Amino acid sequence: MDFPESLSCPVPILSHDTVQLAHGAGGKLSNEMIDKIFLPRFTNTTLEKMEDQAILENPGGRIAFSTDTFVVDPIFFPGGDIGDLAINGTVNDVAMSGAQPLYLSAGFILEEGLPFETLHRIVLSMEKAANIAGIQIVAGDTKVVNRGSCDKLFINTTGFGFVPDGINISASNLKAGDKIILSGTLADHGMAVMTSREGLSFQSTVKSDTAGLNHMVNDMLAVSHDIHALRDPTRGGLATTLNEFAATSNVGIQLEDGKIPVKDDVRGACELLGIDPLYVANEGKLVAVVPPEIADTMLAAMQNNPLGANAVIIGEVTDNHPGVVALRMGLGGNRIVDMTVGEQLPRIC
Amino acid sequence: MCLAVPGKLLEVFDENGLKMGNIDFAGSVSKACLEYVPEIEVGQYTIVHAGFALSVLNEKEAQETFDAWDEVIDAANKDGIGLEKLERPD
Amino acid sequence: MKYLDEFRDPKIAKKILDEIHQVTTQPWVIMEICGGQTHSIIRNGIDQVLPKEIELVHGPGCPVCVTPLEIIDKAIEIAGRPNVIFTSFGDMLRVPGSKKDLFMVRSEGGDVRTVFSPLESLKIARENPDKEVVFFAVGFETTAPGNAMAVAQAAKEGLSNFSELVSHVLVPPAMEALLSSSTNRVQGYLAAGHVCTVMGWEEYTPIAKKYEVPIVITGFEPLDVLDGILHTVKQLEAGTFEVENRYARIVEEGGNKPAQVLIQDVFEVADRKWRGIGEIPVSGFRITEKYRQYDAELKFDVGEIKTDEPEECISGVILQGLKKPHDCPAFGKTCTPQNPLGATMVSSEGACAAYYKYQRIKAD
Repeated sequence: MDFPESLSCPVPILSHDTVQLAHGAGGKLSNEMIDKIFLPRFTNTTLEKMEDQAILENPGGRIAFSTDTFVVDPIFFPGGDIGDLAINGTVNDVAMSGAQPLYLSAGFILEEGLPFETLHRIVLSMEKAANIAGIQIVAGDTKVVNRGSCDKLFINTTGFGFVPDGINISASNLKAGDKIILSGTLADHGMAVMTSREGLSFQSTVKSDTAGLNHMVNDMLAVSHDIHALRDPTRGGLATTLNEFAATSNVGIQLEDGKIPVKDDVRGACELLGIDPLYVANEGKLVAVVPPEIADTMLAAMQNNPLGANAVIIGEVTDNHPGVVALRMGLGGNRIVDMTVGEQLPRIC
Repeated sequence: MCLAVPGKLLEVFDENGLKMGNIDFAGSVSKACLEYVPEIEVGQYTIVHAGFALSVLNEKEAQETFDAWDEVIDAANKDGIGLEKLERPD
Repeated sequence: MKYLDEFRDPKIAKKILDEIHQVTTQPWVIMEICGGQTHSIIRNGIDQVLPKEIELVHGPGCPVCVTPLEIIDKAIEIAGRPNVIFTSFGDMLRVPGSKKDLFMVRSEGGDVRTVFSPLESLKIARENPDKEVVFFAVGFETTAPGNAMAVAQAAKEGLSNFSELVSHVLVPPAMEALLSSSTNRVQGYLAAGHVCTVMGWEEYTPIAKKYEVPIVITGFEPLDVLDGILHTVKQLEAGTFEVENRYARIVEEGGNKPAQVLIQDVFEVADRKWRGIGEIPVSGFRITEKYRQYDAELKFDVGEIKTDEPEECISGVILQGLKKPHDCPAFGKTCTPQNPLGATMVSSEGACAAYYKYQRIKAD
């Protein structure tokens, strides 16, 4: 989130400028923090009751349920921060089942000494992301730990929603002939975080793509419920997601080089640091596997959504080489796109 | 070994007594040490490896390579193979 | 990206490839020295589209592959000491020593940091005057200018808490060692473009002449590599053995003189062990007497650490192109990319790692 936003929402006046251990002790200071920082931003009738649990209506159907913990360093990066990332990440994980994400819980681990200004900025960013996604934060928790016991703050979000009848989206559904659609450019998030880390001496225009994808998934479901698989390629990038698909469904995946979009500045950073965009995290992209007969209409629906403007068909599912993801290069050779052994590091060779 | 890509020098500055520069790689700008390319001027392309500029790209030689390839394409077109000319980014 | 995309154009690549097919009349064994070129070859599938007569042997030009176990063990020993900040290029953190890797040292509480430039390591030394900051100075002639600069700059600034663990190797002695071996199969070389950027290519002329092998200097993009292969094959077919510079946009005959001057001030040529190959005389650098106080090996007294390579690993003969990875009994069994025994399984560009990845698609 951009800074000017928070200027219109000044930091509430609290008895301390920074988080104290007492803010996590459940007494007056805890209440002050919750009342002034969290409740005004996450307001809804369920949360306002301040019970130990949220009691929610059950509209029926299957529940999609997901949890994720966010420890990103730095907590502010170009294009986003740990707050909107924590909302969007869980919204997306729920939405990838075809469910409508409705409710979220948010758990905070705060490091003693964290400025309230920082916390407030992150909470504002969470509010905005939650509003865009149309979900409610109905339960929350905060703990404060000794300085050094965590790095500034960690956030856990757990979300759930309901899967409409007739939808069965799963990594085990891939069939030979299916088309693979990617919703936009790769590697924006991971490279935004990497190039903003201290030590790399980077001034980059690269911005994170963090965004909630549930509305685009709705647009897609309006085209057809017959989406075979859907996933947001976060950690490990597109390569990891497709390898998981190939292994789970025991099929091969054939990609075409030159079709996978990467922004120029992202590619510049990748080339310089020796990083393969296929393995870099995305936070606002999805990859969909659909039957060939609906691929074009699905693609058009995605492209009509601003988050899918650069959507493109990048390859297809094949009976050949089950379990293997291959990338056909411009020269005709086929390169195997394997899982990585560990995290991607800037390299010199 | 030796991952090194060409970038364009945007500006020159001094840091701890070393000649340094900001180099543009298609929008991502990285700092590099210019001590080994004292002749470099802003706007020129250089190859950067592990934070050091190692060579100023010889644009004349690059152009000669492109021209040779254009001839390859022209010859192919004459043979009816129908290749398009290269699109070169600015 | 300018000066990058033009060298990846598949239309031109196909034309060069056609020409390679036309000029090739008999089997040839060509070694690309540099791991960066191996990477480009594997990544672009160049090895899959060449005439079957042409065998590419992946050379020893990858610091990850050739840094001996012993140096890794020394790095691990230093990095684990209290009061040390150990800095390294990202490449080396996952390379296993005889018991663990640098990542494990970090998880055990060691302060191990990734840097992109040796000057960042110097900055850490400046900011932490009460700590010993050690930089893992690995690589070939390409990283030598930067690693030399860091030492010279530390001396200039009087940063006595900075030192380098040096494991620098040189390309020409390795080329000669391979060529002079009685079992050598390599008939032509693609020389490493960026090594020549620094050192020039005067050293190669006597090698080409003595061993009667063509040496073609080339770059790393697919068109550069294909163009290099084409010109090597042309020479092989014609029976010539010249040094040919096909990377003239970057490489000059004399190399980078200011870099050579500083390298000679900070480093001197020494015998070096190569992982998988063994000791090659005068094949690397160590820090000169003048800068001895910046030599981490002396400062931390780890010179006594000796480690032998695992006996079952045949990476030395694989690097020479004498055996294929699947000829090794350990291949894919006790030796995998997750659990590598030797050099060529360590790096993703190493021959064994590449074979391991590709064996699954061979039937396709």
